[in-house]
Amino acid sequence: MSAVAVRDPGFPTERENYLTNSKGVLSWIFTLDHKRIGVMYLIGVTTAFFVGGLLALAIRLHLMSPDGWMFKSENGNNIYNQVFTLHGAIMVFLFIIPSIPAALGNFLVPVMLGAKDVAFPRLNLCSFYLWVFGAIFFVMALFANGLDTGWTFYTPYSTTSDTSVIMATLGAFILGFSSIFTGLNFIVTINTMRPPGMTWFRMPLFLWATYSTSIIQVLATPVLGITLLLLIAERTMQIGIFNPEFNGDPVTYQHFFWFYSHPAVYIMILPAFGVISELISVHSHKHIFGYRFIAYSSIAIALLGFLVWGHHMFTAGMSSLTTIIFSALTFTVSVPSAIKVFNWLATMYKGSISLTTPMCYAISFIFLFTIGGLTGLHLGTLATDQHLHDTYFVVAHFHYVMVGGTLVAFLGGVFHWWPKMFGKMFNETLGRISAGLVFIGFNVTFLPQFILGSRGMPRRYATYDPEFAGLHQLSTYGSLILGFGVLVAFITLMMSLFKGKRAPANPWGGATLEWNCTSPPPFYNFERAPVVGDPYDFLDIEWEEKNERYVSTEPERKIVPESDPPKTPTHAKH
Amino acid sequence: MSAHDHSAEHALSSSHGDGHDFAHPMPVPTLLAVFAVLVGLTIITVAQASFSGLFGDFDVAVVMIIATIKAVLVGYFFMHLSHDKPFNIVVFISAFVFVGLFIIFTLSDSQLTTQDMIQVQDSVPTSAVAEPAQS
Amino acid sequence: MSTIEADTMHDAHGGHDHDHDHPSFLAHHFDTPEQQFDSGKLGIWLFLVTEVLFFGGMFCAYAIFRSLRPEVFEGCSQFLNTKLGAINTGVLLFSSLTMAWAVRCSQTEDHKGLTAMLASTLSCAMVFLGVKAIEYSHKWGMGLLPAGYFTYDPNNPHPVGGTNWLLFICAPFIVITIGVVIWYVVAKMSDDKFQQAVALPLIVVCLSFFGGVGLGTILESGGSESHASANHGEGLAEHTDADHQHAHNDDHAHVANESHSEPGVLELLATDATNTGLKNQISAEEAQAALASGSVTTGVSEIEATVGAVPREVLTPSRAGVFFSIYYCMTGIHAIHILGGIGVLVWLLFRSVRQDFNRQYFGPVDYVGLYWHLVDLIWIYLFPLLYLIR
Repeated sequence: MSAVAVRDPGFPTERENYLTNSKGVLSWIFTLDHKRIGVMYLIGVTTAFFVGGLLALAIRLHLMSPDGWMFKSENGNNIYNQVFTLHGAIMVFLFIIPSIPAALGNFLVPVMLGAKDVAFPRLNLCSFYLWVFGAIFFVMALFANGLDTGWTFYTPYSTTSDTSVIMATLGAFILGFSSIFTGLNFIVTINTMRPPGMTWFRMPLFLWATYSTSIIQVLATPVLGITLLLLIAERTMQIGIFNPEFNGDPVTYQHFFWFYSHPAVYIMILPAFGVISELISVHSHKHIFGYRFIAYSSIAIALLGFLVWGHHMFTAGMSSLTTIIFSALTFTVSVPSAIKVFNWLATMYKGSISLTTPMCYAISFIFLFTIGGLTGLHLGTLATDQHLHDTYFVVAHFHYVMVGGTLVAFLGGVFHWWPKMFGKMFNETLGRISAGLVFIGFNVTFLPQFILGSRGMPRRYATYDPEFAGLHQLSTYGSLILGFGVLVAFITLMMSLFKGKRAPANPWGGATLEWNCTSPPPFYNFERAPVVGDPYDFLDIEWEEKNERYVSTEPERKIVPESDPPKTPTHAKH
Repeated sequence: MSAHDHSAEHALSSSHGDGHDFAHPMPVPTLLAVFAVLVGLTIITVAQASFSGLFGDFDVAVVMIIATIKAVLVGYFFMHLSHDKPFNIVVFISAFVFVGLFIIFTLSDSQLTTQDMIQVQDSVPTSAVAEPAQS
Repeated sequence: MSTIEADTMHDAHGGHDHDHDHPSFLAHHFDTPEQQFDSGKLGIWLFLVTEVLFFGGMFCAYAIFRSLRPEVFEGCSQFLNTKLGAINTGVLLFSSLTMAWAVRCSQTEDHKGLTAMLASTLSCAMVFLGVKAIEYSHKWGMGLLPAGYFTYDPNNPHPVGGTNWLLFICAPFIVITIGVVIWYVVAKMSDDKFQQAVALPLIVVCLSFFGGVGLGTILESGGSESHASANHGEGLAEHTDADHQHAHNDDHAHVANESHSEPGVLELLATDATNTGLKNQISAEEAQAALASGSVTTGVSEIEATVGAVPREVLTPSRAGVFFSIYYCMTGIHAIHILGGIGVLVWLLFRSVRQDFNRQYFGPVDYVGLYWHLVDLIWIYLFPLLYLIR
C-alpha cells in the first residue's frame, strides 16, 4: 500500500461544519442551506411519525378485544373512527410522502450531485414552511372536531360529516404544494446543476429515484389540489359535482382522488427504492447489478403509475370494461418493481456483505417489500379483489409496502447517512437489535392481518366477531414489538449524538460524492466541482484499519512515461 | 447600480458576447401580427357560435380547434417556444398528455356508467318562495 | 442570513477570480447567468405543468357533466353574456401582447418601455377583473349560484332589494385605489422620485378596474337598469330598425322604466338583457333603444337563443346549479390566478423602475410572462367552452 496516494478530506472545522458555521435559532429558521432544511424536515417528519405511531398503537390496543378495549366510553366507536383516520392522514401526508424525498432528499440530492445547493433555495425553505403550516392545520383538525372520513375523504360522507373536514383538506392542500415545490426543485436541480462529468448515467440511483418521484409530484399533486379544493367548495357551497344530492357523482370523486393518490403511492415507495439501491451496493461492496435497468425502471414505474389508479375502485361502481383495462394495466407495474428486486439480489450475490445496521434494514426491506408487492397482485386481480376489497388483507398489503417498504428504507437510510449528517457513529449492536425488533414486530403485526382479511374481517371496524380475536391480539402484540423496535432505533441515534464516536468522512466505503466531503459536510458542500467517477466503483476504496475508516486510494502515477514517445507523429506513419 | 457593477456587466457581455447570448428578443412586428391573428380567430369563434347550427354537432370540435390554434400561437410566439430548449417543450406538452389521459379514462368510465345513474328530480325555484335571492 | 455569510465565506474560499464572475444578480450557487436563467426557465415550465393539471381537473369535471347533460349546458350558457366574454378575451389577448413586448423590452434593456408595458399589462388585468365583477354581481343578484344556493326564479329573475354585490366586489379595489393615490401624494410631498415613478402607473392600473366596471356596465346594457327596463310591459318582443348607440340606452331606459305594469313570465325572459349571441344581443338592444326613444313599432321577435328559450326543467339546482358551480369554479380560480399575476406584476413594476433587468438578467420578467400567457391560454379555452355553447 505504500505505492498509493490516499485521499481523505479529514474533518471539518467548526467554521466549515454546516451545523455550526452560523449560530442561533434565527440562523436555522431563515436558513437557505439545503442540509439544514433537510435536518429540519427530519425533525418534523419524525415528530409526525411519533404522533401517527401513537395513534396506530391506540388502534391496535382498541382491537385487543372484540368489543373494543381502548375506547370504552359511549362514544368509543366514533373516537376509533377519528383515530384511524388521523393515523392514516398523518402518516400519509405528514410522514411517508415527505420522509425520504424531503428529509433525506434535501440533504443528499445536491451533495450527491456535486452541486452547491438546490436550484431554488428560497423555494426550498418555502416548501418546508408550507409543510409546517399543513401540519398545523392537521393538528387543528385533531383538536377541533377530529376527522372521521378516512384519509381518502370519500364523498358523499365527507360532504356531510360534521368533523373538521375543511381544516384537514386545507392542510392536505397546503402539504400538496409543499410536495410540488420540493419535486420541482429537485427536477430543476438534477437537470441544470450537474457539475461537469456528472452525466445522467453517472448519477447515483438515489438521484434517479428522486427524479422519478419528483416527476410524479409535479404531475399528480396538482390534481389532488383541485380535488380537495372542489371538496371544500362542495362542503361550503354545495357545488354538486361530487354530491349525489345535486346529481353529482361520488365515483367521479374517487377518480379524481386516485389519479393523484395512486401515483402518490409511488411517491412513497420510489425514493425507498433509491435508498435501498445505495445501501445494498455500498454494504455489499460490489458494483450495483444492472444500473441502467434500475434507473429506467424507476422512470417506468413513475409513468406507469399514472395508468393504474382505477384498481382502487374495482368495487366502487366503475363500468366493467374500465375495471378490466385497469386490472390489466396494474400488472404491468409489477414488471419494473420485480426488475429492481432481482437486481438487488444479484448485487448481493457474491458480494462481500457487511451486516451493518443499514444493511440489516435493507435486507428486511427486500423481504417485506416482496411480500407487499406480491400480495398486490391478488388485489389487482378482479375476481380475488371482489373478495378481498376493504378487508384487512388490503390493510396488510399496503402496510407491507409502506411500513415494511418505505419506513424500513427510511430507517435504513437514516442509519446509513446519520454519520454524514451529524458526524457521529452510532452503536452498531443497538442498531442491529432495532432492525431485528422492527422486522419481527412488523411481521407479527401484519402477517395475521392477511389471514384476517382473507377470512373476511373488514377494515376500519371498531368491533369484530369473537372468532377473529386471537389473530387480532397477536397483531396487537406485534405492534408493541414494532413500536419498541422503532423506539430503540430512535434512542440509538439520539445516544450517538452525545456519546458517539466522531465519524470519518467515509464510514461505509461508499463511492458516491457525499462520501468525498467531510462528515458533516461543509456548508458550501464542495469548494470546486468534484471529480465524478462511477458511483458504484469500489475498487479504489479501501479500509484503513488504523483510523477505522474507508479511504479512496489512487494508484501511484508515474510522472515520467516508461517509454519515450515515438519520434515521428503517429499520423505521419501512414 | 454602482460603477463597479457596470464594468462587471460590460466584462460579462463582452466575454459572453455574440455567440453565447441567451436572450432572443421577439421582433415587434411578429408580436403584433400574432396578436392580430388571435383577435381575428376570436371574432371567428364568436361569429361561428352566433350562427348556431352552422356546424351542427361539430360545434364543439370547431370551437376547440380554433382555441387550440390560438393556444399554439400563444405558446409558439408569446411564450417563446420557438426559441426554447426542446426539453422545456417536452415538459409542457407532457402536461397536456397527462391531462388527456386523466380526462379520457374518467370521462369514458363516466359515460359507460351513465345509464346506472338515478337522476335527482328537483323543482324549479318559483315565486312562491318569498325569500330574497341571497341568504 | 446564512447565504450572506455563505457568500462572503465562499469568496474567501473560491479566490478572487470567482468574484468577477459573480455579478450581483447571480445567485451564489450558480456558475453563469445562463445556468441561472435555464434553471429558472425549467422551473417555471414545471410550475406551468402543475397549473395545467390543476385546471385539468376542472376541465374533466366540465367534460363529464357536459356529456352527461348537454341540454343543461346549452340552456345555461344563455345566461352568460357573450359580448362581455369576448371583450374579456380581447383584453387578455392584448395583455398577453404587452407582456410579450415587456419581455422583449427587458431583453433589449429598454427600461422605460418595460415599465410602460408592465403597466399596460396590469391595466388590462384590472379591466378584465372589472368586467368580471359586473358579470358576477349580476348573476349573484339573480340567484344564479352554485347548486346549494341556486335560487334563480324564472318568475322573478331580478328580485328587488337584494345585496348590492357590485359594491362588495368593488370595495377592496376602492380602498386600494385610495391607498395608492395617498401613497403617490405622500411620495410627491417627500419628493421621492422612485416612489412617484412606481405609484403613478399604479394609479392608472387601479383606475382601469373602474374602467372595466364601466365597460361591463355599458355592454351588459346597463347592469341593474336593464333588468328594470325588462319590467317594461309594452317593450315585449318589439322591434325597430332604428340604429341607436347603446351607450345612451342606460339613461333612457332608466327613465323609461319608471311607470310600468307587471309583465308576464315569458315576456320578461324574452327581453332579459342577459341573452347572448351577437345577433340576439343586438336585437335586444334595438328593442331597448326603441323603447327608450319612444319610437316603438310592432314586429315579431326572431330571438331564439335567449334565456327565454331555455327549457324550464333545466333551471333547477341539480341541473343549472351544477352548471353554475362549474362556471364559478373555473372562472373563479382563473380570476384568482389573475389576482396572483397582478401581485407578481406589481413586484416586477417595482424592479423595472429600479432598472434591475438587463440582457443577462431578464429571467423574472420572462417567467412571469410565461405564467401570464398560461392564464391567458386557459381563458382561451374557457371562453368558448362556457360562453359559446349552442
